[in-house]
Amino acid sequence: MKYVDEYRDEAAAQQYVQAIRRTVTQPWTLMEICGGQTHTILKFGLDRMLPKEVTLVHGPGCPVCVTPVEFLDKAVTIASRPEVIFCSFGDMLRVPGSHEDLLIVKARGGDIRIVYSPLDALKLAQDRPDREVVFFAVGFETTAPANAMAVWQSKQMKLPNFSILSAHVLVPPAIEAIFSAPGNEVQGVLAPGHVCSVMGYWEYEPLAEQYRVPIVVTGFEPLDILQGLYMTLQELEEGRFEVKNQYARSVHREGNTQAQRLIREVFEVTDRAWRGIGMIPRSGLRLRDGYTEFDAERRFAVAEMAVEESPECIAGLILQGRKKPPECSAFSLCCTPEHPLGAPMVSGEGACAAYYRYGQGAQKVSSR
Amino acid sequence: MCLAIPGKIISIEDNPLGVRMGKVSFGGIGKEVCLAYTSEAQVGDYVVVHAGFAISRLDEEEAQHTLEALAEVEEAAKERGESLTATERNCSISCRK
Amino acid sequence: EYPTVLMAHGGGGRLTRMLIERMFLPAFRNSTIETLHDGAVLEIEGLRLAFTTDSFVINPLFFPGGDIGELAVNGTVNDLAMCGARPLYLSLSFILEEGFPMEDLWRVTRSIQAAAEEAEVKVVTGDTKVVDRGKGDGLFINTSGVGLIPEGVEISPQRVCPGDVVLISGAIAVHGIAILSVREGLEFETTLESDTAPLNGLVKALLDSAGPQVHMLRDPTRGGVATTLNEIASSAKVGIMLEEAGIPIRDEVRGACEILGLDPLYVANEGKYLAIVAPEAADAALEAMRAHPLGREAAIIGHVVEEHAGTVILRSQVGGKRVVDMLSGEQLPRIC
Repeated sequence: MKYVDEYRDEAAAQQYVQAIRRTVTQPWTLMEICGGQTHTILKFGLDRMLPKEVTLVHGPGCPVCVTPVEFLDKAVTIASRPEVIFCSFGDMLRVPGSHEDLLIVKARGGDIRIVYSPLDALKLAQDRPDREVVFFAVGFETTAPANAMAVWQSKQMKLPNFSILSAHVLVPPAIEAIFSAPGNEVQGVLAPGHVCSVMGYWEYEPLAEQYRVPIVVTGFEPLDILQGLYMTLQELEEGRFEVKNQYARSVHREGNTQAQRLIREVFEVTDRAWRGIGMIPRSGLRLRDGYTEFDAERRFAVAEMAVEESPECIAGLILQGRKKPPECSAFSLCCTPEHPLGAPMVSGEGACAAYYRYGQGAQKVSSR
Repeated sequence: MCLAIPGKIISIEDNPLGVRMGKVSFGGIGKEVCLAYTSEAQVGDYVVVHAGFAISRLDEEEAQHTLEALAEVEEAAKERGESLTATERNCSISCRK
Repeated sequence: EYPTVLMAHGGGGRLTRMLIERMFLPAFRNSTIETLHDGAVLEIEGLRLAFTTDSFVINPLFFPGGDIGELAVNGTVNDLAMCGARPLYLSLSFILEEGFPMEDLWRVTRSIQAAAEEAEVKVVTGDTKVVDRGKGDGLFINTSGVGLIPEGVEISPQRVCPGDVVLISGAIAVHGIAILSVREGLEFETTLESDTAPLNGLVKALLDSAGPQVHMLRDPTRGGVATTLNEIASSAKVGIMLEEAGIPIRDEVRGACEILGLDPLYVANEGKYLAIVAPEAADAALEAMRAHPLGREAAIIGHVVEEHAGTVILRSQVGGKRVVDMLSGEQLPRIC
């Protein structure tokens, strides 16, 4: 596959590992923000190719990990209604609410469907005027233009039976929350290449400057990750803290202005709670006044649902890289992939699930 | 957060609402994709697609540059007199606990 | 631990295995059932019979490259072939939903007939039940099969040992992706068709060339290659090292897996098997498989090791290693 296979070349990957090995003179802790980057690192075993000095911390860039429990409970409540067809990306079906997840609702007879795009949900709403079609609009700035278009088209078509449960979040405020938290260990950051394909990377420049942390906008193939790590470590070793763009084939400094325009048309920035981290000001998106008729929270009167998160789960500290999964008292005891307490154990690339699966494997991976 | 894959634009046409749509091929399978956010992309171009939407047009030059950057890394190493010895080339995979 | 049955209990992964080991095995404990192989091997008057059963609940009933009827015959024939047996007789029972179109039933019946002829097996007994409308999703099929295991053939996890070579008979994940391509909400255009096929001929070609040195055979259906290899690694108490670069996969299948966020190692196959053979027989085995029409894309994908018993590890195409774990339930498409 063009623009994929070239970035999975073994010889080139090994040479980057050598270059990283030569560059590093002391231990460094880096965070890859996006769950998709975490997935590539684990899937290709990149973490095991790096020198001991480089520690990678999995960041909060995964909707499964950061969507607050109350949104899952709202999703479960709405999806349980007989007139509703509840559409969602596959990621969210196993995420635990306070009592149930969407798969259990499906087992009880709820009509829950996995879709690839919000436009698939919109089409379903057109095909089934007799049902209320609700789309679980989770995700970061990358998914916002997709959900904005689905809502915008629904308004043009005056579709009465389509709405979204919007739990959108934004990356820069989350990075600032991590950098400003006491005890923050993160010294360098791989910024999410696809969020920046939409939003550009100018928003990260003041963060790098203020917190003196190098930020490299990075893609998702193995060579992208290794090159992003190399560029970040080079800056750290030379005492620089600038924003660099490794993923230039898809990212420009201003981003995709056409996409940003429709996001601003349909959504507005708001304060948003993050699972395990808590409230982060101006870190979410909600529907603007002209589009509130498409807000499933209002349509199904679940806006007021508030929920306490399980005290046992230290997801927040894990997501900020301040604790490692094995340091959690529930880890691999009452919290396992079959019985996840918190979201980082649910998502395949959540830090806890990764440790549970690959952490055990680490002892078994023979190192020559 | 954002699984997005490059695909080649096979055809372009507007939907009834005038929104720019098109068929994009990923290794030979065809998917309908919204191209409203990449108005500059034409048939034959590659776009990065997430959840049914093209979020950027792939820049061929930059794609090449990323691959060639490795050669610059090698050059820099040679100038610093650190030639890659054979043992270094077959890297030992260290496993951190 | 689960008050109700979940879809994941049918996904062929960890939850399915827990259900079998905690509920069914204790209830029916005997040495034959404990092998948990594709079929049971029975010794009767000096003859070794392979006996198996399977159910088919696929939706849609008719899909690119096949239908539920052809799948039922091939699935049962293949389970017998995985015991090293020559498939002989099948039973066939239908569970029909009131209102199911006769035309569709006739179409399924004809494809069962054609598949049985191609696999050279006879349908010798059967049953038909009808359930009220709304209680049965159209049509379910249950089959069972009997075959004869020739002399000198011994297929079981216990024969697998470090140094053995792991082969796959063709490109992976074709069936699962072909089915997904017509599933509502995920559709995409493809020329891919299900790879459902009877494997008894391809198994015979392998046994003729390396008979006693073929230690293990299994068709990686639900849960894919990763799940099947995990089952073998744990029942044989060995480690397995996979080489990602060696695993045959078609561009269209890769394209679909990339955009849907699926790992092809966990996607279902129908017309493929995994073979574990002694190292000295590996080349001959590979050649014999590739000479057969169903084995053109056969390949060596890894080997058995002593370390990390019970665990499958993959060396990725860029050289890093990772554990290939068993999934708890079904693999779902994702965006992150």
